[in-house]
Amino acid sequence: MHLDDLAEQAATIRARDAETAHEIRVCMAASCQSSGSGQVLDALRAGVEPQSSSCRVKGVGCMGLCSAGPLVAVAAPGDTLNASRLYRDVTPADAPAILDNLGKPDPIERLHCPTDQPFFTAQHRIVLEHSGQIDPDSLDDAIAVGGYSALVHALTELTPGEVIREITTSGLRGRGGGGYPTGLKWSTVAKMPGPQKYIVCNADEGDPGAFMDRAVLESDPHRVIEGMAIAAYAVGASKGYVYVRAEYPLAVERLTNAIRKAKRAGFLGSQIADTQFSFEIELRLGAGAFVCGEETALMASIQGLRGQPRPRPPYPAEAGLWGCPTLINNVETFANIAPIVREGGAWFAALGTEGSKGTKVFALAGTIVNTGLIEVPMGTRLAHIIEVIGGGIPGGGRVKAVQTGGPSGGCIPRAHLDTPVDYDSLKGLGTIMGSGGMIVMDERSSMVDVARYFMEFCMTESCGKCVPCRTGTQQMHALLERIAAAEAGRAELALLEELCEVVQATSLCGLGQTAPNPVLSTLRYFRDEYESRLVD
Amino acid sequence: MSLHRPKPALPSDDTRWKLVNATMRRNGYADHALIETLHSIQNAFGYLDETALRFVAAALDVPLSKVFGVATFYHLFRLKPKGRHTCVVCTGTACYIKGAGVLVDALRAHHQVEPGETTADGALSVLTARCVGACGLAPAAVVDGEVVGKLAPEALLARLDRLDAAPAPPGLPASSRPRAPA
Repeated sequence: MHLDDLAEQAATIRARDAETAHEIRVCMAASCQSSGSGQVLDALRAGVEPQSSSCRVKGVGCMGLCSAGPLVAVAAPGDTLNASRLYRDVTPADAPAILDNLGKPDPIERLHCPTDQPFFTAQHRIVLEHSGQIDPDSLDDAIAVGGYSALVHALTELTPGEVIREITTSGLRGRGGGGYPTGLKWSTVAKMPGPQKYIVCNADEGDPGAFMDRAVLESDPHRVIEGMAIAAYAVGASKGYVYVRAEYPLAVERLTNAIRKAKRAGFLGSQIADTQFSFEIELRLGAGAFVCGEETALMASIQGLRGQPRPRPPYPAEAGLWGCPTLINNVETFANIAPIVREGGAWFAALGTEGSKGTKVFALAGTIVNTGLIEVPMGTRLAHIIEVIGGGIPGGGRVKAVQTGGPSGGCIPRAHLDTPVDYDSLKGLGTIMGSGGMIVMDERSSMVDVARYFMEFCMTESCGKCVPCRTGTQQMHALLERIAAAEAGRAELALLEELCEVVQATSLCGLGQTAPNPVLSTLRYFRDEYESRLVD
Repeated sequence: MSLHRPKPALPSDDTRWKLVNATMRRNGYADHALIETLHSIQNAFGYLDETALRFVAAALDVPLSKVFGVATFYHLFRLKPKGRHTCVVCTGTACYIKGAGVLVDALRAHHQVEPGETTADGALSVLTARCVGACGLAPAAVVDGEVVGKLAPEALLARLDRLDAAPAPPGLPASSRPRAPA
């Protein structure tokens, strides 16, 4: 296939879609489905003639504002989310009114959710650019907005080395939390000899409070497939795995469907786009083990073993799946690839900060008005995210702390909300970017309880292989229990701090090494809360 | 990959074993298909019993100890049958902040059941999940596969009471369950 053929195909689909005046998009991502968007979709479909030329009803991916779901957008075909007329908290009973309102100058006031509010306008969507606009189950929809054009462009007009150069120029860093430069990782794998190399997409999004990857997979699965295929071409791999949580049945279903359709259309399989490049993707389901987000544990799990990490080096880039060179990136990283190849590395590098380029998707949750999914340029100030995009604390309360990075991260106190969000600034505050969970807490949350909660998490999720993590997390949890119950004294607090250091320094993998972070960061900023509970 | 040994016979003439067998065949009976196969058994039968574990070990030519090790390592695999209804309380961070603990306490007090266990009459299994990803609806629970969000304890208990009155979801007739361990 030539790039022009694909462009023509896209234009044909867009022209066909444009024959319909109105498009009603119902969010069918997991969160809106839980609030009943399936019934809303059915009710709207029932009210429209099957082959109506004036209106089409379709299910789409996540529109971001999960707390206002079910969300329904009325748009002209091809319009972006922000250009649409958005309705919130829609029920099946509202369907006739929405259909009746089509083409009228004013929206239905009681349901209207203006898209000119900061939640929508202050975002910069690259990864989520088509999320909430296209039907994730439709390959046509993906192609209409330029899907697979970056892959065909790379295959037919760029050498693998040129693709890697664009990624390196872009400054993209791993979005799974580690922040390792993606271009560097790719070139390491590309340099490895060997007939067999693998691509792995880490979709084992385990941090509680993080749902970015799920939303990407549920909303625009072809974007991830395209990114993986481009990576495979760049590093010389022929087989890929997506390791996805079994707790995400909808993402699994849509991804499976997308892989099948991409294969049938010739974007996966052998001789893709009439070139010599062949690439297959297989899905592997996790089975509920947090540690499997660690890359060596993840590979063990793909090989059918217990998900236990092993020491590195050798890194997966040298010896990964079945001992072969393996490139592992996370969902959001792969979702950034197609736009970078399409627009060029320099375009991407112009966004963000010195050390952190591009945008980052965050899952906003906790005590905040607008819970949901947002994407902002790197370097956006935390206060801006929380107060402006997130709408602040319900009832006008005060932010006490923001938790980022899940069980490996820490709490950022109110005093530091002015910090720009990028890999390095967050590290300086004693937390990490992590995969993008951002949980806002108000004055009612006790920081000792939060630290205990995360320690309980790490204790249960420790795989048991190395002693510092297995035993250390248990002891730290016991100490936190005693401190929280006001049964412990200064000696115990000192012991806790000492244990934090030991576990951090001596654990085998990231789970243990970062398990003390929630304790250390709350001790750093909220030490008085610990001390007020001591008994001597 | 070795195919020297003859494949074991299916444990019974229950047609669901054919689904399980298909999963293994699709993967060439390779040992790395172990987790996939356990998923397929649990999807078909609801849990993994000893018969199933022994069958998989023989069919994939993997030591039984390794099969047991994998089945017990991953939280998602169950070695005991579920109750007629299940309630999974999300204990992710967002739900925790918004009171998931209160939901668990209410279930404990009202149904005398600890997370991970089933009530004595087999009516209700209570589980906790690390994060069901419905953070926008915190605190959330999954009742018989359906996510219910923004829950107060009373609302959750009332919802479970309504389940008792309704018939059980389409599940397995008792006779077709895998045989009990010998």
